[in-house]
Amino acid sequence: MSITHSLTTSLSSSSSAFLAPSSFNSRGQVSLPVKSVSICKCVATPEAETAYKTGVTRNPNMGKLQAGYLFPEIARRRSAHLLKYPDAKVISLGIGDTTEPIPEVITDAMSKRSHALSTIEGYSGYGAEQGEKPLRRALASTFYSDLGIEEDDIFVSDGAKCDISRLQIVFGSNVKMAVQDPSYPAYVDSSVIMGQTGLYQKDVEKFANIEYMRCNPENGFFPDLSSISRPDIIFFCSPNNPTGAAATREQLTQLVQFAKDNGSIVIHDSAYAMYISGDNPRSIFEIPGAKEVAIETSSFSKYAGFTGVRLGWTVVPKQLLFSDGFPVAKDFNRIVCTCFNGASNISQAGGLACLSPDGLKAMRDVIGFYKENTDIIMETFDSLGFKVYGGKDAPYVWVHFPGRSSWDVFAEILEKTHVVTTPGSGFGPGGEGFIRVSAFGHRENVLEACRRFKQLYK
Amino acid sequence: MSITHSLTTPLSSSSSAFLAPSSFNCRGQVSLPVKSVSICKCVATPEAETAYKTGVNRNPNMGKLQAGYLFPEIARRRSAHLLKYPDAKVISLGIGDTTEPIPEVITDAMSKRSHALSTIEGYSGYGAEQGEKPLRRALASTFYSDLGIEEDDIFVSDGAKCDISRLQIVFGSNVKMAVQDPSYPAYVDSSVIMGQTGLFQKNVEKFANIEYMRCNPENGFFPDLSSISRPDIIFFCSPNNPTGAVATREQLTQLVQFAKDNGSIVIHDSAYAMYISGDNPRSIFEIPGAKEVAIETSSFSKYAGFTGVRLGWTVVPKQLLFSDGFPVAKDFNRIVCTCFNGASNISQAGGLACLSPEGLKAMRDVIGFYKENTNIIMETFDSLGFKVYGGKDAPYVWVHFPGRSSWDVFAEILEKTHVVTTPGSGFGPGGEGFIRVSAFGHRENVLEACRRFKQLYK
Repeated sequence: MSITHSLTTSLSSSSSAFLAPSSFNSRGQVSLPVKSVSICKCVATPEAETAYKTGVTRNPNMGKLQAGYLFPEIARRRSAHLLKYPDAKVISLGIGDTTEPIPEVITDAMSKRSHALSTIEGYSGYGAEQGEKPLRRALASTFYSDLGIEEDDIFVSDGAKCDISRLQIVFGSNVKMAVQDPSYPAYVDSSVIMGQTGLYQKDVEKFANIEYMRCNPENGFFPDLSSISRPDIIFFCSPNNPTGAAATREQLTQLVQFAKDNGSIVIHDSAYAMYISGDNPRSIFEIPGAKEVAIETSSFSKYAGFTGVRLGWTVVPKQLLFSDGFPVAKDFNRIVCTCFNGASNISQAGGLACLSPDGLKAMRDVIGFYKENTDIIMETFDSLGFKVYGGKDAPYVWVHFPGRSSWDVFAEILEKTHVVTTPGSGFGPGGEGFIRVSAFGHRENVLEACRRFKQLYK
Repeated sequence: MSITHSLTTPLSSSSSAFLAPSSFNCRGQVSLPVKSVSICKCVATPEAETAYKTGVNRNPNMGKLQAGYLFPEIARRRSAHLLKYPDAKVISLGIGDTTEPIPEVITDAMSKRSHALSTIEGYSGYGAEQGEKPLRRALASTFYSDLGIEEDDIFVSDGAKCDISRLQIVFGSNVKMAVQDPSYPAYVDSSVIMGQTGLFQKNVEKFANIEYMRCNPENGFFPDLSSISRPDIIFFCSPNNPTGAVATREQLTQLVQFAKDNGSIVIHDSAYAMYISGDNPRSIFEIPGAKEVAIETSSFSKYAGFTGVRLGWTVVPKQLLFSDGFPVAKDFNRIVCTCFNGASNISQAGGLACLSPEGLKAMRDVIGFYKENTNIIMETFDSLGFKVYGGKDAPYVWVHFPGRSSWDVFAEILEKTHVVTTPGSGFGPGGEGFIRVSAFGHRENVLEACRRFKQLYK
């Protein structure tokens, strides 16, 4: 999953001007991490010289992070671009933010719940942090029927990104992570924040103590598991963000076996599972033995356009145990009860409506629309002679620009076509040489963006 | 703030029966922590003997936690009570969960936003993680006008409990906490979870490395700051949960000065500020110098009945700096961008409506209703000869039962009157000998509960 556009909060009006100078040249060769670090230090120094400081030491894990989070950085560059070209009609195919309206069958349920909250009989206060029982039951029967997942294995959340962070709290600072490379930045960043990693190594663009499992065209975007050292936790997203690759049944079986052999836990992110076209598994629990080694996290964001409404879920099977036999689900439940207060009851009413026959059809229609967008983008780059990946099972197209820096390609496309994409290296060193083009957009915007791509690269 | 009723997810149907035996005697003298630990070990053992276990070690910080979280434990005892007395009409004045409908001016706004999401022009996807600008602006002008807090100092959240956890992530594992004793359990528990503490010391019922600032009738429920050793972070809730005590301007000035002298950061929880009757400060930022030492976190839960809707905010002033001069707000912003995806857009529409003139009046009316409930409860216990505290500035009454275990009093009241309260020791060792009675409830339930108290203690 991806996250919002937003600018980093300005520290003061003067620093805002500094952070977005009108003369900013987004095609500069200086690498992003270095530039950002300099900016941060410069901004902090004037205040440090004269201002009162507390005696609280900054969390050293925060200091390990590189730059800001990827998508706010892209938003910052987009804003700088608009300062340079105030009249430009910018089309954003960067962040994976849904754009089409939420189907009425779903918004009606949320509206109805809103009104019910102003009645004596319809008012509800705190819900169970784990989510409302009818919703957990519907999730179990809709997505996990015949897979042995019960409603009490399911924890409803306010989104997969929040659950990734809560899972990291469960595991704590003394575990080693493996991630696909490239992959969604929240896995790596939350690992850094929790203290599971060493410092960032600029030469290889990796954090120490994270196992980066390279996924590229040469290995079909599935890692060579025999070449990695044992991790405690494996974050695995399928269909993958940013590559769009969906793992086959054989590949997921291999992953589950690897986890079992190594005593690892797989956190399977299935946020894009409903975009799968073929017969690849949509849940890791379709693989026998997965309940003893895997957790699955998912979201309504990309299915129902709930990116701003906020609803997701995580499955932690009872059979998943720590090395001392303690159930992982018990610790997750404790974190959910102590660090969270449940998803919004209005969002949960919407989620329940999504899982009705009408709701499911409505979601499939919206997903179908975005898949048509994806086809348009794929055909465009394919016709321009690029090597194009993803697209079939995900609303992202992964385009190869061999030999070029992905931030340079991002800057070139933004400068010349006023289209925002996402540079591949923002997803890890394995993303270098690629850009991700999101298919979330109104049809006319996607068509216009593709016309601009053809104009630029014909 | 308090949280929901919920039972810990049962691990299996057989363990469920074990956890709630019909013969359970909740007046037993065995201390809670020991009992719960035994239960956990017993439940885990059978699976451990035969089940596959991963090689991932359990987070040792999770192992330090005592029992389950307070409110699920109370819910468990309530359920056990209902098994024993299936026809009992239980009245819950335990968890501080709002009960009255949300005013229509607010639910109308949420319903309207829900419908807008199904239109092309009204649809919105990801919002800024920091919250929608109109809402941040309204919060600044409504609660912090003339206090020098700007809209970009305000971060909208899905509730104060979630923000407490996110703040703990910002600070990391190498800080020392101070809490009021008694206080809301989420401060201590989140500190344990993040690795800031040592083990639980049963003899004093405290976690090592947490500074418990005793608040009792003898010191007017404000700690003797000269007797505590320097903490990095001070969690301070005013009006306080569970005691209901509100700090005076002089006391808050003393607190800010203490923080300044010691280089500490105060996290001021103002979740109950709108219940303040007199002219005591409603925000810590009314104290000069607070912007350099304090953060404030608050919520719509107890003002608008948003306990299930989920909306709160945290103020992190730009002037608040770590010891190296780095702004705390920048790190909080990073955590919010990486570990959170924003509050629900529907909840935010509701929050904005709360801050309109009609919304503010509606909230004051609801708060007024609960304050009348509080008066009824206070008068009841006062007339029965008990020493009663709180109530004036908070929807909680703190009743002294000298020489008695608070869990015993809780059990006695539940057994004999079928009313759920909250044992004071659930809020820390300083809570022993008291019970908290919540004023959230329908009027007829509060009146009935008070009749039962009179029947029991007359």
